[in-house]
Amino acid sequence: MSNVKVITTPLTDEVIETLRAGDRVLITGWVYTARDAAHKRMLEDYEKTGNLPFDIKGQVIYYVGPTPAKPGQVIGSAGPTTAYRMDKYTPKLLELGLKGTIGKGWRGPEVKEALKKYKAVYFAAYGGTAALLSKHITKVEMVAYEDLGPEAIRKLYFQDFPVIVANDIYGGDVFEEGQKKYRKLVI
Amino acid sequence: MREIHFDEIVEKVKNLVMDAEYKLPQDFIQAIKVSVNKEESDIGREILQEILKNAEVAEKEQVAYCQDTGYPVFFVEVGQDVRVVGGSLKDAINEGVRRATKEGYLRASLAYDPLFDRKNTGDNTPALIYFDIVEGDKIKIKFAAKGGGSENQSKQAMLKPADGLEGVKKFVLQTIANAGPNACPPFTVGVGIGGTFDYSAVLAKKALFRHIGERHPDPRIAALEEELLNLANQLGVGPLGFGGTTTAVDVKIEIAPCHIASLPVAVNIQCHAARHKEIEI
Repeated sequence: MSNVKVITTPLTDEVIETLRAGDRVLITGWVYTARDAAHKRMLEDYEKTGNLPFDIKGQVIYYVGPTPAKPGQVIGSAGPTTAYRMDKYTPKLLELGLKGTIGKGWRGPEVKEALKKYKAVYFAAYGGTAALLSKHITKVEMVAYEDLGPEAIRKLYFQDFPVIVANDIYGGDVFEEGQKKYRKLVI
Repeated sequence: MREIHFDEIVEKVKNLVMDAEYKLPQDFIQAIKVSVNKEESDIGREILQEILKNAEVAEKEQVAYCQDTGYPVFFVEVGQDVRVVGGSLKDAINEGVRRATKEGYLRASLAYDPLFDRKNTGDNTPALIYFDIVEGDKIKIKFAAKGGGSENQSKQAMLKPADGLEGVKKFVLQTIANAGPNACPPFTVGVGIGGTFDYSAVLAKKALFRHIGERHPDPRIAALEEELLNLANQLGVGPLGFGGTTTAVDVKIEIAPCHIASLPVAVNIQCHAARHKEIEI
């Protein structure tokens, strides 16, 4: 594992080029939340109007549906959801300028190819450690689709939010590389 | 006939759900502590420590361990000498879930219809409730919060009797390997073998209530549990799928008689948010 890299959003191609699968990264800045229902609606809206609910250029989407905030909290528990469910929508968003996604688990081949083509990265956050991760979120603003409840699009301000580069623009895959080292049994 | 009031059940179910969401079972925490010392990968050890820290914070601050507070599933054993007054048992359980969701700041995670508008039900009801009638004058309520990430990686197969033990082992291990990083390992793996198509899956889910390390009473099944746990940890998946030697902390199998033509097997993958808790009223 390499040293921790500190990056801020929005992301540029220059920053993306320095990131390799396995790198530990702390992200500071605004990111957008979206998961299944928001992705579906965003792309339906785009088909109809040619617009997305926010300017996606250089931005990062965090796949999360947080719990409601308790009094005194900025946000409730807020860990990543499984990323592959968004694979159907991700290449189009990357084409439109999205530079990073944060989730957990494997991405499909279509997303890995699109990451190379459009210069973007997929970061993995530690799934299930939602009470800890929420402490790195210091501001929340509603952006769109409020009726979707936990699936609405929100803007979150990250303060040193810890992630690992899972898929980079060079074809690296942290899960495949990591598991290979410990795989004694192939089924 | 012993009488239990609707309101008492509502209150107890509410507390049961909130407690389960905030505090992981002690046997699971203990298993993770043991794994920290055995895990071979650096990142794997770090993740296991983060899991312990997350459990500590969630319990201390009384917040949800995971943002996916899950599909509420109940196994309820109703004593035949007990009567619920003031409303139905089913309504009481759903009301308990509704209040836990609101008062406990849980995420509403159910879509009312699976195919069309997928509108959120807003309060995590209706819960899935399996009822069983037993002897006695008590009600035992077992609760599990089933997160979508690990439930999505669970599988069922109707194997042939000729596939036998080897076929079952292969299916279980393939399911674990495929679940990989998507389902937040280390897993507890529930396996149901026998019964019918649907009942094998119920058995797999039920198996997850057994304590970690507690083996099946049939020594042949107990040996299979240990063998599968050992093999699962050779798959290389590791904590959160980043590679390592802790892929599962236990494999628990339940069996049932089955049709002479069938060998049903179901694998219910449980992520590290292993929220299972039971109460007796």
